[in-house]
This record gives sequence, C-alpha cells and structure tokens, in this order.
Amino acid sequence: MSGSLLVIGGGIAGMTSALEAAECGLKVHLVEKDFSLGGRVLRMNRYFPKLCPPACGVEINYRRLRSNPDVEVLTNSEVVSISGVRGEFSVVVETSPRYVNARCTACGDCEKVCPVKGKDPHNYGLSEITAIRAPHKMAMPMRYAIDMDVCEGESCGKCVTACKYGAVDFAMKPVRTTLVVGSVIYATGWKPYDAGKIENLGYGKIANVVTNVEMERLAAPDGPNGGAIMDKPVKKVAFVQCAGSRDENHLPYCSSVCCMASLKQATYVRERYPDSEVYIFYIDLRASGKYQLFQDKLMGDSNVHFIKGKVAKVEDGEHGQAVVVAEDILGGEKIRVAVDLVVLATGMEPVTTRDERLPDRDEYGFISANQGRNGIHSVGVAKSPVDVTTTIRDATGSVVKALCL
Amino acid sequence: MSDKKTGVYICSGCGLGEAFDVAALEKTVGDEFNAALCKSSGFLCEEAGVNEIKGDIRNEGLDAVMIAACSTRVNYDVFDFGEKILVERVDLREKVAWCQDEGSEDTLDMAKDYLRMGAAKLKEIELTVPFVQDVSDTILVIGGGVAGMTSALGAGAAGHNVLLVEKSDRLGGFMRGMKKTLPRNAPYINLEENSIEQLTEEVKADRKISVHLNSIIKSIVGAPGMFDVTIENGATSVVRAGAVVVATGFRPYEKEKLTDFGSDLPDVVTSVEFEGMAASGKIVRPSNGEPVGSALFVQCAGSRDKKHLPYCSSICCSVSLKQALYLREEYPDSSATIVYKDIRTPGKMELFYKQAQLDPGIFLVKGEIDNVTRDGDNLQVHVNDSLLGPAVSLKADLVVLATGMVSSTYDASVTIDKPEDQMTDDDRAKSGKASILNLQYRKGPELPHLKEEFAFPDSHFICFPYETQRTGIYAAGSARSPQGIADSIDDALGATVKAIQSVKLVGAGKAVSPRAGDTSYPDFFLQRCTQCKRCTVECPFGTLDEDKKGTPKPNPTRCRRCGICMGACPERIISFANYSINMISSMIKAIEAPDEFSGKLRVLMFVCENDAMPAIEMAGLNRLKYDAQVRIIPLRCLGSTNIVWIADALAAGFDGVIMLGCKHGDDYQCHFVKGSELAETRMSKVQETLDRLMLESERILVESISINEAHKVPEIIDGFMENLSDMEPNPYKGF
Repeated sequence: MSGSLLVIGGGIAGMTSALEAAECGLKVHLVEKDFSLGGRVLRMNRYFPKLCPPACGVEINYRRLRSNPDVEVLTNSEVVSISGVRGEFSVVVETSPRYVNARCTACGDCEKVCPVKGKDPHNYGLSEITAIRAPHKMAMPMRYAIDMDVCEGESCGKCVTACKYGAVDFAMKPVRTTLVVGSVIYATGWKPYDAGKIENLGYGKIANVVTNVEMERLAAPDGPNGGAIMDKPVKKVAFVQCAGSRDENHLPYCSSVCCMASLKQATYVRERYPDSEVYIFYIDLRASGKYQLFQDKLMGDSNVHFIKGKVAKVEDGEHGQAVVVAEDILGGEKIRVAVDLVVLATGMEPVTTRDERLPDRDEYGFISANQGRNGIHSVGVAKSPVDVTTTIRDATGSVVKALCL
Repeated sequence: MSDKKTGVYICSGCGLGEAFDVAALEKTVGDEFNAALCKSSGFLCEEAGVNEIKGDIRNEGLDAVMIAACSTRVNYDVFDFGEKILVERVDLREKVAWCQDEGSEDTLDMAKDYLRMGAAKLKEIELTVPFVQDVSDTILVIGGGVAGMTSALGAGAAGHNVLLVEKSDRLGGFMRGMKKTLPRNAPYINLEENSIEQLTEEVKADRKISVHLNSIIKSIVGAPGMFDVTIENGATSVVRAGAVVVATGFRPYEKEKLTDFGSDLPDVVTSVEFEGMAASGKIVRPSNGEPVGSALFVQCAGSRDKKHLPYCSSICCSVSLKQALYLREEYPDSSATIVYKDIRTPGKMELFYKQAQLDPGIFLVKGEIDNVTRDGDNLQVHVNDSLLGPAVSLKADLVVLATGMVSSTYDASVTIDKPEDQMTDDDRAKSGKASILNLQYRKGPELPHLKEEFAFPDSHFICFPYETQRTGIYAAGSARSPQGIADSIDDALGATVKAIQSVKLVGAGKAVSPRAGDTSYPDFFLQRCTQCKRCTVECPFGTLDEDKKGTPKPNPTRCRRCGICMGACPERIISFANYSINMISSMIKAIEAPDEFSGKLRVLMFVCENDAMPAIEMAGLNRLKYDAQVRIIPLRCLGSTNIVWIADALAAGFDGVIMLGCKHGDDYQCHFVKGSELAETRMSKVQETLDRLMLESERILVESISINEAHKVPEIIDGFMENLSDMEPNPYKGF
C-alpha cells in the first residue's frame, strides 16, 4: 500500500495534496467531514492580493478531481482511528448519513417543501436555510443532504414525498470503512477564533460588530445580502487588527493573514461605497513580501486611515453606530471613532480531529512539522497559521514524502 | 455522425419534460441525425438508465453517446463508459430548462439547437491518442543551497536521478555562512543549530544525486521530458533531464546604493556582513576591531522603498532579532536597538519576537531613518516619525542594515534599449533576466518575472503557486520570492513534486496543470503553413519554436492545450483530435437561424469553460432567466477563438456574438495568461472589418466575468439583446 495516501480534510489544502499526489501516480483517499469539498476558501469573497474569487481555483481543482479516477472522495466522513506503521496504516473512516442517496439529481424539489429553517453555516449563520439543501451552489458532490440538527425527522416526511427520484432516505446509517494506506496527510485546517471571548470588543453584544470571516460573506455577491455589506449604505468602517491575536489571554501567535485580509476587505468597502471611510487600527502592518505593493496601493487612498494602536474597547454609539476606543500611538492621544460597522480581524485556530492518537500537536494545537519520518504529515494551517498560497505550496511539497515510500 | 454509431439519450426529469416537449426533440433526432438509436427517460442518471446505455453500447456496438440531460456539475462520474466511448454531455437542464420559460416555442427551439450542436460536435471529434515519447525522469536542480539540496534529496528519495548544478566550489549556499537559524520547532522561541553541514553530507552520500560544482548551465535545448542540458565547468558535457528546479537563491541588495543609510561608513555593515562576523566568532567594530557596546539595526534598509526595492523581503525582521540576540550573547552589557516600520514576524515567529522582547538589552523603536553620520568614534542615527517624538538622534557603535533580497534570476544589466511603450513581449522576456537556464526557446531564455516591481519568477496564481509559463521548469526558494530557510525548504519540496509530476505526465502524453491529464495535443498541417508566425508569437508558454523560414516546431510536451495557437492561425491548420476549427464551425452551422421575417434575433456566445461557463451553469442552478435567442459554445480558452468562427456566424445569419471570458489586465484571471486579452485584440480587428462592411461593430461584445458572478449572466445577455434590437437584422442573413 506504499503507493497510496490518505488525505484528511477536503479544503484547498487537502484537495491540493490529493490532486498533486494523484497526478504523480498515487492512489488517494480524500476524507472530508462536511457534505462538500471546498472548505473555508469557498466562503471567502476574494483572495488577496489579486482580488480574484476563490471559487475559480476551486473549480479548476474540481475539474481535476472529476477527471481523475485515482482520487476517491469520501464526504461527510471522519477518520475514527489510525493504526499500523508508515507504509501500512490501517485507517477506519466513518461516513455519517446524509439522508440523501446517490439517486439525488440536485433538482431542488425537496428544498421547496422543507418547512424548517436553521442557520446557514456557509454564511456563518448570517442567513437561514432549509434543513434539506445543497451545501452551496459550488458544492462537490452536487448532492443534497439533511441537517439533522434542524430537521424535524421522518415524521414530517415532506421531502420524501416531494422527491420524484426516491433519493431521501431516513434509514441511512453510519458506515465504517477500513482503508490501508502508505502515508497520511492532515489537512484539517482552521476555525476562526471565537470573537465572543474577547470581551472588550463587544462581539455579540454590540450591534454591527462582525468578524472578518463574516465580512467575507457580507461582501460576497452570493452572500446573505448580495454583497451590499449592510442593509444600508456604509459610510464608516473600522477594522480592529489582532482581535484576540498576539495576545497572551487569547492567541499568543500572529495568524499572519489578518492584516492582508483587512486591507483586502477595505477595498470591498471602498469599491462598493466610493464616499466611505475606513479606519484600520493595527499594531504592525504585516504585508510581507510582494503584499507590500498591495498595502502601498491602499495607503495611497486618502479615505483609508491607518492608526497604529491597539483598540481598548468597542462601545455602543448613537444612531446604531459603534464607537471604537483606541490609543493612537503615533498621534500620542486616545481617540474615539464612531462607525457603522466594526470588523474584528480574528485569527486562526487549528481544527482538532476525532482521532487524536497519532498527530503530535504543539501547545496551540498545530500538528508539528517534523514528524515526517513516521509517515504522518501535516500541511497548511493544520501545521502553522499561513495564507492560502503558502498552504497550497506546503500541500504540494508534502506529497514528496508520500512518494518516497 | 455518419461514421460513428451514436446513441442519443434524452432525459425528461428535473423539469426538462415540462420545459419542452421531449417527443419533439426525439423527432428532431430522428429527422435530422443519423443516430443509431434515440431514447428518452424520466430518470436517466438512475442505475437502470445508465445500465441501459451500457447494454446498448454492448449490443448495438455504439462508439459514441450523447447524454442530453444535466450539466457535468452533477453526476459527473455516472456517465463514464470507458476510454473507447466518446461521450458528449448536452446540458438541457442548467442551460435550457432552468433558465428559460417553461413550454415556450423558443425554449424548445433552444433545446433542439443544443442537440444539433452536440451532434455536429460528435461528428467532428475523435478519441484522443496520447502523444507518447521516450522521456527522461532525471530532475535537474540548479543551485546547491538549502533549497536546491532539499529538492535534490526529495527527488532522489522519490526514486529519480538528480543532477545538482552549483556554480560555486561548494554546496551550502547562503545558509553555510549562518551562525544559527531561526526557530522552526516548538516552543518556537530558541535559535537552532545550523544544519547545513548535515544536509550537505546527506546530498554527498545520496547515490541518486550527481553533484556538479563550479558549473553553470550553458544551454537547455528541447522540451519537458527531453531537455538536453549543456553543463559547463571548464569542459562541457551534455546530459538529458526531464524537468528542472531553479533554486539559485538570492543576493542581498547592493550596499553601495544605501549611502542614505551611511553604507559608506566603516562601522555600517549589512545584516549579511554581520552574520559573517558572528559566524566567524567575533562581533567587532570593523573600523578599529573593538567590541561593540551598542548596535542599531535598521529595518527595511532599501526595502519597502520606491527608490530601492518596493517590496518587503519578509525575513529581515526575524533575522535582525536573531542578530540582536547574537550581540547580547557575546556582550552581556551591550544594547541592541531595532528601528523598524512594522515588525513583521508572522505566524509562530511572533513567539520568537515576544521572547526577544523579554531581553532587557533589546530596544524596539518605530521610525524611519533620515541619515547616519559619524560623530567622533560613534555613529549618530537620525530617526523620523518615531514614537519617541518627531525626530530623535540615536548613538551607536555599529549600525547593521537589514538589506532585502534580490532574486538571482534578476540582472539589472540586461536591458533592452527601447522605450517602454515600444517593447514587445519578446523584449520583456529578455529584459532584466540573469543567465541561468539559457533555454533555447523562441520566447526567450529564462523564466518570466511576475512584474517589474517584483522581479521574481513567482507564479501569478494564488491557487497554483508553481504555475510557470514554461512547462516542466519550476522555481523555488528565495529565487522565486523573498523567503527564509523554513519556507525555502517547503517551497523546494513543492517545486520538486511538480517536477516529478511533470515527467510522469508528459511521459504518458498528458498535459500538466491546468488541463492536467488531457491527452489531446495540437496537430499542425504544415503543408499549408504560410510561416506567418502568429502561433509562435502568441503562445504564452513558449511552446512553439520556429525554423529559419518561420515554420512552427510543435514541441507537444511544452504545450498546455489551451488552443491559443489554433485561434491565432489564419490558415486554420492547427487542430486537436477533440477540439478543432471545423468542430466549432460545424456547431455554428448546425444552429438554425430564424429568418428575417420572424422578428427574432439570434446570438452566438463563445464562453470560456474555466470560469465563465461555471458562472452560466450556476445562473441555471439559481434559476436565473435570460433571453432565449442565445446559443452557447464553450471554449477551452477565449484565446482559442479563431476569427473564422465570427465570419461563419455572420454568414449563418447570427445577429450578434458575445464572447465571455476571464478578466485580463495586471491581475488577470485567465488560466492561460493572455487568452482573454488576445481574444479581445482579435475581436477589435474584426470590429474594424465590420465597420468597413457597414455592419455595426457593437454586434460583437467581448465581456469578462468571474466565476462567482452568476447574477451578471442575465445582465450581460439581456443587455446585449436590447442593444441589438435597436439594429436592423444581420443583412447577410440568408446569403
């Protein structure tokens, strides 16, 4: 089984590792816990610094997957256990029921009759969606699934009746599969740091305080409000950098992407609302390498204000506005800025998995980089907080270790 | 379909049967196509439906199948009948039923036309036969530093022979001169021992790796899988390699250019010079050999600066922190002050930064350097925009300039003596390029740089960091973009994987990214070539060379299969087995144009399959409606549009043509670099011709769209139809 590879996580990192390996001739099992491949990047509006849509690269990868029989994709699946040694791992994968079988044609008749709605995770809960649904319009596989946390169960059964193709099946049970593979790549990615834990910044308490990942959806044309950001024209927006990052009480490390993410999001605001003003509160602006050129472009915009200083708190303001209180270090004074929207640049935390026997994690939960020799590898944000292109570079390079068996 | 035995299968599920009369479609197939059989089903993708098709293939001996049902976004793997069966998916769901009025005559006409187009296409295409050649799987790695050695070891461990070519007399590169390296392992706060010696020994001991010291590449002739590499080290030798990794590293930005920072003063050194002192065991003031009591580290010395390097070199902040610790270790009473614009220690390097801040002898000052002067035995550093006040003057024994990184692939002395607006793409391919690969390519000897302000052979694509415009050649490490050791190691492995993949794919006659696995390739009917050179000039990948007369030499292993050459050729001599001028022309001619008395307009739409086509499919998934008079033909790239198709369309009575492709410009999204831009250029020439023919040039619209802009599809189509409705019908209708 030395010619085979298990990739855990079907986001951009996992898809990349799987495809690069398969195109080198390996047999690959790609295991994703959600209903669709694509991961976090599909919830982003644009990438920095090109301001291009992430779906574009994902679509190319989907096409590579569609035409490559050497990648077996298991969605809605998690690795339960890994045993054995490099060259011959035995992996137990559990596939949870999606309650919609392979007869689904994605026609959408079920969705029309579904009586219950829950928060749409694709939009970070900013909108609602029916219990039975396609995960999103770019889903792969393009097949419906039922969110059992929302669904009223078989007793409702409206979707069963509506489906002309007999695809809804409440009797589906979890299925366990055992795979034998030569090596394993963890591409398990990240989750946004819980902004509610940063008490002084008002998330969840003060209106119009959102996180940077929510901002991606608010600005996306396929997002909850068609890309208009708010339900009224936006005049002033504040970005709070290092919200819970570089902070001993929260995440002590830097997530490396938030500065560029906020600079990028500033362009969303400035492009949509030409009279708007943007305030970026930062400790250090970390636009490394060629990203500096992007920062320079934004610094040339006189409606974007850069304020060096950590935000002390966010308060309720008048007329539904929020007030950002910060120390302007360069100006040497305490300032208060009333804005329509506050965007917290929250950092990235690694996602932990059900199987915790093998990967060696550091105190922050990242899977250590230097365990390559035992046949277990980690890539992307599972290993270190990095941006998309660095993730993809890493996801590509790690394949060499699987080729070396 | 005359020579192929074709089965046509029409699905009536998912609302198709309600949108149009499937029996009428079957009648069209019966009346117009020479199909072996035609069947309809209410649930074609069901196992029983698929098995029926399989049975027909077996029993009727079908060699082609038309599936008139949904798009390939759904059930992509269901309708696969093996390599020997041609399958054409005609999308009547997302592209007709879900975006048109149910039951209208126009909807039925549209569905009929798509069937006709599918039939015309099947008639013109053949199964692809891969172009397989005997290839070498040896990997050539240029540069023997940490990136090059990592690449060589990776390729060797994966079973490939490696040629490691290093221009100096020893392996190790820049890293060899380092005292210690930055933290890479938990808890990410401690400097680490330099491991270059161990890496060098591993390379020397690896029997798969053949090391060539004191060597440069004199020339590379050939194509992926078959590069003939001339290595020169006094004598010359020619060896064959399949793919190349460029890991030639960086050089520090020139100290001489930094006189504003006092670089001409003896006690002002660069970070590279300081590292050398530390590694050799003694940090002293160069002017007098005395100990250093206070050192001032100047960040961004010549970086983030339009007069010097406009970019950030990403690693200098961490390096200065490391060097401040060297100083503090050697002289416990010393002070190290770091003057910075922003401290950039991303990711876990932040933990190292925090650790260094705990040192009571390390001071951090935000500010920008005005100048550095000598004050007796000391240096005075004048700092503006400081947190300490408007301007301050700091005293130091030694000033260390954190100079940035310049790619070894950049050579400022290689200039083209022409004004910028007169430079051709060929000139730009040579300008500023250091002599490293010496490719004997029509399109220049080296890898293109990303942009003028960032002269690195970095990828333009965020999602595909190893995408280069020269197939089989991949840059890594600080040659590709400014980066430190940890990143260079990861990067070297990435480039190695792509190099290995390239030899495997080209060896099997397959394309590399983005059409990975495609076994079609361009075939040139050279007897009719007029040596106009348009194909060789327009190919963005340097695929085609020319002989003395200007006849193209195809080099199929360099090719990415975009078809830009096919679009460029005025003689229409370039085609693929499954994608050709005739195929598209036949599809155009298969569409029924309404006659001039019907009051209906007919519009042809060429759509790039990479982003624009998915956007159209998603418009269908979202049930967005658009005008019923468009007929869509997907293309590999808008750059493959041959203008003869426009002539065909106008002759066939179409009233207008929309071309929908990827965004172009500096931040282009075209996967084939220049495809959509070339299409626009070609169309502007067509528009001039239209003007001469007294036809409105507005009949042709070139538009770009992103994949997530499905909502724009109706806007673009309906807007165009509205403009067209103000014009007379195409006067060539019926001619």
